[in-house]
Amino acid sequence: MTIIINRERAHKVSANFEDHELWVERGDFQIVSGFTLQPQGFCRGDNCIPIPPNQEEIFIDSDCINLTAFAELTNSPLVSSNSKDEWFLDDSIDIRNNRLVSLDAPDFSLPDLSGMMHSLSDYAGKKILLVSWASW
Amino acid sequence: MWQTLYAELKDSNFIVIAVALESRGNEAASEWIEQANPEYPCLIDVDHNVAALYNMINVPQAVWIDERGKIVRPTETAGATEGFRKMNLKTFTMPDAEMQKARQTRQLYLDAIRDWVSNGEQSEHIYSPEQARGRVPGLSNDAAMADAWFRLGLYLYADERETEGLALMYKASDLHPESWSIWRQTADLEAVGKSMGAEFWARVEALGEKHYYAPIDMKGIPE
Repeated sequence: MTIIINRERAHKVSANFEDHELWVERGDFQIVSGFTLQPQGFCRGDNCIPIPPNQEEIFIDSDCINLTAFAELTNSPLVSSNSKDEWFLDDSIDIRNNRLVSLDAPDFSLPDLSGMMHSLSDYAGKKILLVSWASW
Repeated sequence: MWQTLYAELKDSNFIVIAVALESRGNEAASEWIEQANPEYPCLIDVDHNVAALYNMINVPQAVWIDERGKIVRPTETAGATEGFRKMNLKTFTMPDAEMQKARQTRQLYLDAIRDWVSNGEQSEHIYSPEQARGRVPGLSNDAAMADAWFRLGLYLYADERETEGLALMYKASDLHPESWSIWRQTADLEAVGKSMGAEFWARVEALGEKHYYAPIDMKGIPE
């Protein structure tokens, strides 16, 4: 069992690591990456990143997808523990940069001390001062 | 600091959302929150997700978001100054000039928020979209890789593999040394108190002419 963590949470998946590449099943790929494989390429919402011509076999093998190649293609950080049993896949650097430049405040959901969840979007319609702090 | 402002402005369609970048979670944050006794939401971000979303590298940093969910002032120092760098470490006192500068800066920053809340788009303290875009802190490839290593390190740390977890988090800090949040959080997880101990002061000293808190781009902020 391999654990792939994304910004949402950790996912247990069955994956295959060989020749420096991590292969996951299509359904798991969709869950951990947020992308689906479409005829146009890897798509999330309206955003599709085409697979370079004649390179399908690098990315797709029957029902499995090469997550390492996907991460390189989409400029998404993918890192692993020494044992290769745990991986973290982050959002694409390009998507992160474009998102902030759009000036749309990215939404998030976090708990307060009592465990009650709050989303930034719960407060839409107000002026918001979003401020960080820490005990350290 | 924020509770007084919030109490004053809460009936003017304004809210403060405080996010504690705190991987030790409630255990570390609760005492502070209970002491401040805030009426606004105080959220606990054990994974530093908000820091990654808004390219924050230190605390306190703030973002101003308008009624339409648009960023009108991107991530910046939230009214703080770095006078502590001139602190006398024997007496733990700051020079009067630094104390005064800290008070002035804080006052100007709070007044700017009041002005924005009263005057909205007419406030001189908000940026045009073009200006705001130009002030969004950039995300280098190294900084993005640092976020990924940090996050994997946090996972391993929480999974009782402290040594490997901390090693990955320090690797993240080496990749993105400008992020005080990454280094200080990692040091805090390694040993409570380390984040403000001798190594912290040595790192601050090593900044030389560089800033610990980038100066706020606002008229009247003392140099």
